[in-house]
Amino acid sequence: MFEMSGEEIVDEVKKSGIRGRGGAGFPTGIKWDTVRKTESDKKYVVCNGDEGDPGAFMDRSIMEGAPHRVLEGMIIAGIACGADEGYIYVRAEYPLAVTRLKNAIRQAEGLGMLGDNILGSGFSFRIHINRGAGAFVCGEETALINSIEGQRGFPRVRPPLTVIKGLFGKPTVPNNVETYANIPNIINNGGEWYAGIGTPNSPGTKAFALTGNINNTGLIEVPMGTTLREIIFDIGGGMKNGGQFKAVQIGGPSGACLTKEHLDLPLDFDNLKKVGAMVGSGGLVVVDEHTCMVEFARFFMHFTQNESCGKCVPCREGTKRMLQILERIVAGEGRDGDIELLLELADTICNTALCGLGKTAPNPVISTIKNFRSEYEAHIYDKKCPAGACSKLKTISIDPSLCKGCSKCARQCPVNAISGKIKEPFSIDLSKCIRCGSCVSACPFKAIKEG
Amino acid sequence: MNENFDYSVVESILHEHQCSDKAIIAILQDVQEHYHYLPMELFPYMAKKLKVSEARIYSVATFYENFSLEPKGKYVIKVCDGTACHVRKSIPILDRLRAELGLSEKKKTTDDLLFTVETVSCLGACGLAPVMTVNDKVHPAMTPEKASALIKQLIEEEKNNASE
Repeated sequence: MFEMSGEEIVDEVKKSGIRGRGGAGFPTGIKWDTVRKTESDKKYVVCNGDEGDPGAFMDRSIMEGAPHRVLEGMIIAGIACGADEGYIYVRAEYPLAVTRLKNAIRQAEGLGMLGDNILGSGFSFRIHINRGAGAFVCGEETALINSIEGQRGFPRVRPPLTVIKGLFGKPTVPNNVETYANIPNIINNGGEWYAGIGTPNSPGTKAFALTGNINNTGLIEVPMGTTLREIIFDIGGGMKNGGQFKAVQIGGPSGACLTKEHLDLPLDFDNLKKVGAMVGSGGLVVVDEHTCMVEFARFFMHFTQNESCGKCVPCREGTKRMLQILERIVAGEGRDGDIELLLELADTICNTALCGLGKTAPNPVISTIKNFRSEYEAHIYDKKCPAGACSKLKTISIDPSLCKGCSKCARQCPVNAISGKIKEPFSIDLSKCIRCGSCVSACPFKAIKEG
Repeated sequence: MNENFDYSVVESILHEHQCSDKAIIAILQDVQEHYHYLPMELFPYMAKKLKVSEARIYSVATFYENFSLEPKGKYVIKVCDGTACHVRKSIPILDRLRAELGLSEKKKTTDDLLFTVETVSCLGACGLAPVMTVNDKVHPAMTPEKASALIKQLIEEEKNNASE
């Protein structure tokens, strides 16, 4: 571990070609090199375990299942860059990860692998754990650093870059959990070994969280360059309940939707960028024909709008306006020109927001408009939801010829919207109905229709 | 400063974190773990001990979603509305819970302080979607019917406990 100099370690990491697993894919070796070359009395290593993207849980499993590998990666980063202190920032929703990491740190300290003068080498390194408190924006590295410092999790204006002026104003290595977990293997087996896996510009493997309407959900680790078809139909076992593959959402609220035409696209950083998507967190959510893409875009916009920290205007105000427009479209109140307005707002936000959260927030909208424009048009002009998912555009009615007047639906209804006389056809008061569908599943005679 | 408040709890928490203002988030987390919310009566005291302004503590307490300045119910129900749970129909579960408990997006806690219903972005249990938690205990593959049965059971248990 101490045979290599800092420079040699950085060279090996550069040779491996590993790119940050946090989503943007910045080459790790270049980050480390900058921190190493920046003169300072104190430097820090930060591990970003604030895995906030809904639908992604790879980092959770690494922190819970292989915490020592993360620690080892951080120690190596410390040796390479000349840092003697590290922070792991873990999402508050992952209490088990915190416990396991704390255990791992205690064990490593007990063995003399962490602390002062590690194994008599003269190198000292300490690792602290910070728990997040439920702010998605803290996954952005400068916001995360503010949060470690005990501040509101606002992103900082860059430059200065984190690698030059980061935590407590000192040069800081910011990397994701999965990146650190890859480092020990790179050092043990050599950069060339690592570069031989995956594709030339995106070497190595990537963990994805595969979820949604497919048979096998869970975590997968595949070489970069694996196609969506292999992931969804071989590993994922195909669509659940015989559904039709409609789209896969990659990269969470910053990512985009890929459709049938992208099934044979080899997944890596550059190919995804070309089609307007990104690896992002690595969440892969597969949806079938019953999912409305406008509602899906609204869902993500609601998420980012909710998590926007409010520091910069484009993100704070822009995402709010986009959400308003999407909300009115799914409520059947869309107007002519809404699609163009959404795209215009998206363009402005992408180009002017302060941090990654804002810059990528419109991605789900842009990509669903690009790939499923007809669904938007159906909502706006025909007041119809082709997937039959938007409840405001749905009506529920009781077929009087099938209803036997058993009152089962009325008893199930949580808002008392159904009334009638026993043994006569019942009726639904649509002004009270919340379209929850519990009457539909309750009816023994299939007399209640949604559509 | 409120004379009737017991400051010994917060005192020991502050002490554990060396009264460092850098640990504000961790301190507030510990305080919340004890009280299940952040009593604002404590802020002047903490500000003095940490040598920061009350506004700084308030700013941190209001920025992060996990902190609550209002007391929560005995049973905190979190319905996951992450992507995976959302596509597997988490919203009907939420709607049903709210309708049955008389809650809404604004009103999250019942007047008898028994239930708090909130949403959470992702619990990282996407393989078990849709998921909800009751006081951090995970209930996988939920449906509106199962959720409704669960709260009825909890209310029943409460009644039995009260009558005993």
